[in-house]
Amino acid sequence: MAAAAAAVEAAAPTGALWGLVHDFVMGQQDSPADQVAADVKSGSYTVLQVVEALGSSLENPEPRTRARGIQLLSQVLLQCHSLLLEKEVVHLILFYENRLKDHHLVIPSVLQGLRALSLCVALPPGLAVSVLKAIFQEVHVQSLPQVDRHTVYSIITNFMRTREEELKGLGADFTFGFIQVMDGEKDPRNLLVAFLIVHDLISRDYSLGPFVEELFEVTSCYFPIDFTPPPNDPHGIQREDLILSLRAVLASTPRFAEFLLPLLIEKVDSEILSAKLDSLQTLNACCAVYGQKELKDFLPSLWTSIRREVFQTASERVEAEGLAALHSLTACLSCSVLRADAEDLLDSFLSNILQDCRHHLCEPDMKLVWPSAKLLQAAAGASPRAYDHITSNVLLLLLEQFHKHSQSNQRRTILEMILGFLKLQQKWSYEDKDQRPLSGFKDQLCSLAFTALTDPNTQLQLMGIRILTVLGAQPDLLSSGDLELAVGHLYRLSFLEEDSQSWVAALEASGTLATLYPLAFSSHLVPKLAEELCIGESDLARGHESTKCSRHVHCLQALSAISTHPSIVKETLPLLLQHLWQMDKGNMVAGSSEVIAVCQSLQQVAEKCQQDPENCWYFHQTAIPCLLALAVQASMPENEPSVLRKVLLEDEVLAAMVSVIGTATTHLSPELAAQSVTSIVPLFLDGNISFLPENSFPSRFQPFQDGSLGQRRLIALLMAFVCSLPRNVEIPQLNQLMRELLEVSCSHICPFSSTAATKCFAGLLNKHPAGQQLDEFLQLAMDKVEAGLDSRPCRSQAFTLLLWITKALVLRYHPLSSCLTARLMGLLSDPELGPAAADGFSLLMSDCTDVLTRAGHAEVRIMFRQRFFTDNVPALVQGFHAAPRDVKPNYLKGLSHVLNRLPKPVLLPELPTLLSLLLEALSCSDCVVQLSTLSCLQPLLLEAPQVMSLHIDTLVTKFLNLSSSPSMAVRIAALQCMHALTRLPTPVLLPYKPQVIRALAKPLDDKKRLVRKEAVSARGEWFLLGSPGT
Amino acid sequence: MVGLGSEMVGGGGASVGLLENANPLIYQRSGERPVTAGEEDEEFPDSIDAREIFDLIRSINDPEHPLTLEELNVVEQVQVQVSKPENTVPVVFKPTILHCIHAHHSTLIGLSIRVKLLRSLPQHFKMDVHVTLGTVPWSMYISVGWCEPVNKQLVDKEWVAAALENTPVLEVVNQCLSSRSLAWLLTPSLHTGVLVPAPPRAHSLVFLNR
Repeated sequence: MAAAAAAVEAAAPTGALWGLVHDFVMGQQDSPADQVAADVKSGSYTVLQVVEALGSSLENPEPRTRARGIQLLSQVLLQCHSLLLEKEVVHLILFYENRLKDHHLVIPSVLQGLRALSLCVALPPGLAVSVLKAIFQEVHVQSLPQVDRHTVYSIITNFMRTREEELKGLGADFTFGFIQVMDGEKDPRNLLVAFLIVHDLISRDYSLGPFVEELFEVTSCYFPIDFTPPPNDPHGIQREDLILSLRAVLASTPRFAEFLLPLLIEKVDSEILSAKLDSLQTLNACCAVYGQKELKDFLPSLWTSIRREVFQTASERVEAEGLAALHSLTACLSCSVLRADAEDLLDSFLSNILQDCRHHLCEPDMKLVWPSAKLLQAAAGASPRAYDHITSNVLLLLLEQFHKHSQSNQRRTILEMILGFLKLQQKWSYEDKDQRPLSGFKDQLCSLAFTALTDPNTQLQLMGIRILTVLGAQPDLLSSGDLELAVGHLYRLSFLEEDSQSWVAALEASGTLATLYPLAFSSHLVPKLAEELCIGESDLARGHESTKCSRHVHCLQALSAISTHPSIVKETLPLLLQHLWQMDKGNMVAGSSEVIAVCQSLQQVAEKCQQDPENCWYFHQTAIPCLLALAVQASMPENEPSVLRKVLLEDEVLAAMVSVIGTATTHLSPELAAQSVTSIVPLFLDGNISFLPENSFPSRFQPFQDGSLGQRRLIALLMAFVCSLPRNVEIPQLNQLMRELLEVSCSHICPFSSTAATKCFAGLLNKHPAGQQLDEFLQLAMDKVEAGLDSRPCRSQAFTLLLWITKALVLRYHPLSSCLTARLMGLLSDPELGPAAADGFSLLMSDCTDVLTRAGHAEVRIMFRQRFFTDNVPALVQGFHAAPRDVKPNYLKGLSHVLNRLPKPVLLPELPTLLSLLLEALSCSDCVVQLSTLSCLQPLLLEAPQVMSLHIDTLVTKFLNLSSSPSMAVRIAALQCMHALTRLPTPVLLPYKPQVIRALAKPLDDKKRLVRKEAVSARGEWFLLGSPGT
Repeated sequence: MVGLGSEMVGGGGASVGLLENANPLIYQRSGERPVTAGEEDEEFPDSIDAREIFDLIRSINDPEHPLTLEELNVVEQVQVQVSKPENTVPVVFKPTILHCIHAHHSTLIGLSIRVKLLRSLPQHFKMDVHVTLGTVPWSMYISVGWCEPVNKQLVDKEWVAAALENTPVLEVVNQCLSSRSLAWLLTPSLHTGVLVPAPPRAHSLVFLNR
């Protein structure tokens, strides 16, 4: 050793090392440790040299000095353990193990050293076991401080990660040793690690030997976890973390079952809600690993506990967890493998449940009927076997009960329970048709559904419809006779009153069933509806009024509802289109409402076709030329225009057609869309009518030239088409089209067509790829806008153009958008356009339905509202303060629109800066401003009560003032705000309580019921403020 | 003069023990009143009608059950009226649940209805809240004059005022009137329904302490 030391001394600058060691050990400075570690890492000296330098301090008789010496060594090892050689490790381990017997002051540093060595790759076999044995033997872990206990857990974790086989060689001694280590642990940080170790012990199959119960005890004593993290806890451990890691331990092995289940049964009965929930959730988790053997002895008690909780609880969460636990229990019992001679516990368990719940099902008025049904359904939903067992028993009983009870509400409850059981069936697919438990009841169930469908009570009808849908969803259950009957009932129900729930449900059910049984619907329902339409046509022709008319509308809606299958669409779409032609032929006196109804039906059919590309193309190809032909025909100048012709060109009718065309276009594949665009754009630009059916028109179609005003209005239809195209579809003659659109957009002859052209232009602009052409279009447009704003006749059109272009650019974050927004903001103080500009902000922030939509492939950035808010609100606020008094409301209104559309979480942080402005806006006389300000403040009252408390005086006064506004909507909103005010801290509110209660007596006598309702709830809450019992 | 002994408060506020009638008959709630076009029309005045009064009281919580008066059929819409010229509101309620036999329970229900109407109706309305036995199934067990003292208290303005000065009574009334009543969540009676004997806990770690 001496020779080696001499040799080393000659080779390395050990003088520096000695100095550092001395500073650390004797000088009590901490910094040299890092320096030494760094030097070892860089190779300046070896670990051996450090040990030698420490030399005497490691053996110093003074424990503090020894501790200091070992601390330095441990810190160096922690950083340099990867450099150690196997031989060095052996020596160091021996040294450290030996030191475990040392003075208690030394132990923390020794443990640190062992932790460093436990990370060592070069640790020879056998040493891990020896270290752990030494720790188990020499150290009383639970008397150490938290940090050192944590070190022990880390040593164990490290060894378990790298030396699993060796530790397993220790057998159950390792488990026993660990039990001793963690017994009595109280710190949540350590517990998380300890639970993880126990979980690994179990899941990695370490030998537990005779210590299963001890291991359970040492962990289960924390159950249920009762831990509230201290405020400002820097460790961030939540109650939930502990609960989940303890649950992972407890539910990790069936071997704990005999100890755990009694504990869970005891804790479910606890008074504390969280203990109940935790117990039920843990039981649920256990079922994943348990089998019949583990559960056997506890099933009766478990069932009693769950039943009690579900029957008696006031908390929905307890009920839900109880049901979930029962579900898992049943599932667990269902899938356990049985020995041939063993009794099947599932059957007896389910019989038990049936026995306790069955009779409650016979009392559909009583409180326990639903808890019982839910319990049975939870069990039945667990496995096909459980389902068989329960439904074979319950369905018969419920069918019987249905006929025994005659009151509608009782019958409804029974039907709803039956429905619940039927729905569960959908979870499993049965290979064999006869195995299905429902097939035995099929006829009874069908007749039950039909009885309900024919009942005058709406609720029963609804249940009947839902049961029918569920039965239909079972493949091969219904016979063709059943289907024909069902379709007949649905046909009858689809002519009920339009606002009735059964009508809505019947249409929905028709749609669902039509996808499954297209043949039944096209052979039994479509012909009837077609006939009905014909009758309607002849009635209309004879001028019959509203009675038949509503039947006609119902018929249209039924046709669109069943168009859920391509083969049905091939029958319904021609019917609808033919119906439109019939109207056009002048056979009928059709008002706009009839045409709109047909268009709405077409639009619904189009929506249903969207998902299937082939079907979508079929619709597009069939419907769009037909609609365009009708419209073009109608727009032809004529000596005596027929009634329908005029009707087709009305704003509302065109809007309805726009939405059909849009819906039929958005889902086209780019290739097919490109095919379609080459015929539609030339129609509008060149009057090429060759692709239209029945295209013998008296004169040319030239909507962009000086054609008739009627022709010009059809630009809306062009807009619907080109603005719904996928972005990569190339539009022919784009340059010409854009120029023509711009021309029309600023003409003041027909506002409808100029707005349509403006929107079309904006829609195309939004999708156009950035580049020179886009810049050119923008330049053209801006020139047009500026020229228009300067000349009186078309100022308003120019403004509309500016607004829509701004919107198109704001949506896609175009760099020019800020410039355009600034221009728009400048117009707020324009005496003529100011109010329109203020309302324009609403358009900028809202979603359109026809153009610039995401569905129509427009480029819409997700955060555009937030971005618009951040970019423009400061300017708006500034503009407000600088503006002359008479135009200030315009700024407030613009701001209101922006705030109103903003997601509230984004708005909240901005609140302090905006609040004073909002409060000022409350005094603004404009109803729109008042309303939007109130609707802005209301959520803020709920979410940021602290900030709002500062303004309580203003808020109370203004809200009370507005509660007598002439506008009903403002009164309602103001009272809702008064209600929301009660969320502020009670001490802030109490001084105002008498005044508010007096003032709110007045709206109690409001002439409008909706206002009184809000007044009642607001006043009620104010009464409860600071009152006992709340 | 205010007959509010400790018995009343003990019975209504925090009863301990089993729920009487744990599986009571439940009646369907009538649901929100649908809004009509007339109600949305600014100009058209809609007057206070019986349904509106019923909507005020139907969601009052029973002092002991986690259920509303409507669900327990204590109040019914047909029992509520508005007499137009003099603006009186007669409201009749029935002790349909067994524990209503305790007069204090009915008094509390009556008081809650009265207070709710006082807080919610314009001042020029006069209300008349009283209990009647009607056809409740246990009327045969109750003496004929059972309703009288309760009704006497409910019409006595001074009695009502004095009752509301009494903090424990006000507490129960407020709980009945609060929209998200937690009152019954806190009473222990609900959780001690059927007692299951807790199985003995496993023994402790004896030999680990060697």
